[in-house]
Amino acid sequence: MGEISLGLPSVLSGSGDDFPEELRQAAREIIDRYPPDRSRSALLPLLHLVQSHEGYVSADGIGFCASMLGLTRAEVAAVATFYTMYKRKPTGDFLVSVCTNTMCDALGGQRVFDELSEHLGVGHDETTPDGTITLEHAECLAACDYGPVMTVNYEFFDKVTPEQARDIVERLRKGERPQPTRGARLCTFKEISRQLAGFAEDRPEALADGVAGDATLAGVRLAQAHGVTAPEYDPTTPIVPEKESSS
Amino acid sequence: MSGPRPEVLAKLTPVLTRRWLEPDAWRIETYERLDGYRALRKALAVHPDDLIALIKESGLRGRGGAGFPTGMKWGFIPQNDNKPHYLVVNADEGEPGTCKDLPLMTHDPHAVIEGVIIAAYAIRANRAYIYLRGEAVNAARRLRNAIAEAYAAGYLGKNILGRSFSLDVVVHSGAGAYICGEETALLDSLEGFRGQPRLRPPFPATHGLYACPTVVNNVGTIASVPPIVLGGAAWWRSMGTEKSSGPMIYSLSGRINNPGQYECSMGITLRELLELAGGMQPGHELRFWTPGGSSTPLLTAEHLDVPLDFESVAAAGSILGTTATQIFSQQDCPVYATYRWLKFYEHESCGKCTPCREGNYWMVRTYRRILSGQGTYEDLDTLLDTCDNILGRAFCGLGDGATSSVTSSLKYFKQDYLDYIEGRKPPLLSAKELVGAH
Ligand SMILES: Cc1cc2nc3c(=O)[nH]c(=O)nc-3n(C[C@H](O)[C@H](O)[C@H](O)COP(=O)(O)O)c2cc1C
Ligand code: SF4
Ligand code: FES
Repeated sequence: MGEISLGLPSVLSGSGDDFPEELRQAAREIIDRYPPDRSRSALLPLLHLVQSHEGYVSADGIGFCASMLGLTRAEVAAVATFYTMYKRKPTGDFLVSVCTNTMCDALGGQRVFDELSEHLGVGHDETTPDGTITLEHAECLAACDYGPVMTVNYEFFDKVTPEQARDIVERLRKGERPQPTRGARLCTFKEISRQLAGFAEDRPEALADGVAGDATLAGVRLAQAHGVTAPEYDPTTPIVPEKESSS
Repeated sequence: MSGPRPEVLAKLTPVLTRRWLEPDAWRIETYERLDGYRALRKALAVHPDDLIALIKESGLRGRGGAGFPTGMKWGFIPQNDNKPHYLVVNADEGEPGTCKDLPLMTHDPHAVIEGVIIAAYAIRANRAYIYLRGEAVNAARRLRNAIAEAYAAGYLGKNILGRSFSLDVVVHSGAGAYICGEETALLDSLEGFRGQPRLRPPFPATHGLYACPTVVNNVGTIASVPPIVLGGAAWWRSMGTEKSSGPMIYSLSGRINNPGQYECSMGITLRELLELAGGMQPGHELRFWTPGGSSTPLLTAEHLDVPLDFESVAAAGSILGTTATQIFSQQDCPVYATYRWLKFYEHESCGKCTPCREGNYWMVRTYRRILSGQGTYEDLDTLLDTCDNILGRAFCGLGDGATSSVTSSLKYFKQDYLDYIEGRKPPLLSAKELVGAH
């Protein structure tokens, strides 16, 4: 049902020539992480970097990556359009992703998505008119033990009900930053994109956020409560087995 | 509730998960206090080949789904070939149901880094990449921090711990594509291309990243290395079964009282796992479950006593996979569940080969018809026929995996399909979702 628009002519026309020098410097730092003759490896991080500047991958963003890496725009566009996390339209400050894969769906994830969609008046991959929130449904986010889950700029809100989800987006729209259940305190989509490009978290308190949740600890806590451990080991056990000299 | 019996509790073997209880284990000081980087010192004192022999001897098998013997994989790397070698950690964790690698990297990132250094030393690699699924931002920030700490402590960089061995590690965030968990698609993605699988042979062991010898290992595999170096192969083998050695993190989700991560000796059964996890939720009875993620054929209540190790699950007609046990009850519909998984495979198919790209597209539409009450008996044959044309004919494991829930649900739950076709069950989907179905 979705519109079929390859959008190629517009995608292939940008240059990114007026992107700031700071971004170019960051791009060079990223390229330096890979072997000198393998700069193309920097393409995925560079596309994240472009999103940290523009909130999506525009025609200029494609031109920028192409010129930094000596690729054609078509080569860059072919990659950018393959991956779900590269957005082709301007994204809100907060990307709200609701997992609707099978387990989360069974546990209520689809209801969460439907509620948000109705409440915000936007569908999958659409942004509210005030530019704060982009809604999407996501595939399994490797957190089924906390299902149904949703993420805001990829930080987890666990076991969400439709009401809680609505409350979270309402607070976001009021300029508040609700604290995720697990993961760090929220930043904007552009800010998290910079981390995705490979730059370190610069908020020490965010690094410490995100204690392990109950489900993560279910097994170890059970073992601890009953005094169960794995068999003991001797950390000085030799790596090379001592040869039984007779055999 | 009486709680699990002692003999079942005794199957809990927290090794990789043991530090998770320490809220600060992601900091290097805490990690070092808890035996951290001790295995590295021990490993660097022996010849790399001795480490490969140790891992072979331990019987460690890959935790990424296929269970390939890790020591053998390391041993395939050619030596003295004058080419750079690479270690690539597969941290793309995307198989529906799987949720063990993210907590490993978030709560104990140094264990992964220490495993990376030892593995790289063993295969003579001076560069390692951790290819992390993009959405895992919290794991990414902890890993990047741990790497910075490890450089500062002299565990990474030039002349590690004063030896001639040097290693650089880069965390590379992906961008949302399940197929990039497939190891050759991952390598293409890491090289800056669309993530599409490569033809094999040649295998990554000789022509991997940048056409150089490369080991690709799962996060859990790599995190298993330091404990094996410390405790030895015999200790590792004292857990698990003869052919499936060691502890395994079982990820339980769904209609149970205490979902979560349970690290147990391999070979534990679902009945025992359920006992550990507080049983089914009130009002729910076990109906179907995946032993190792959505790409593994469904099992049923008949299979509660199948030992969850590689061999026994295969003998029961499924695959141990990533030990991601998704548990569904009589309140869940196996036809709908399969439909939802197929939508995932349709979305994630990389499009390279026809059986997977077209087959999943059409199967989704067939399910829509069945679930909206307009299915025919012929549809069931069409589904089986389509699976037959995908399984073994698809270019990579994604296509094969997509057929798992289709054929297994048709095997165990054909009546559910017939109930939709014969009008005994009310349609779950409305006619508007039928647009485009044939
Ligand atoms: C479609 C598909 C997705 C996969 N996803 C992952 C994944 O997310 N993580 C992983 O470690 N292995 C994944 N694998 C398995 C890898 O191809 C490979 O077997 C594994 O990384 C090898 O590591 P191991 O020997 O340590 O298990 C996937 C395979 C296929 C076919
Ligand atoms: S089986 Fe599917 S994912 Fe794999 S190569 Fe073919 S189209 Fe791509
Ligand atoms: S199904 Fe939602 S996180 Fe796995």
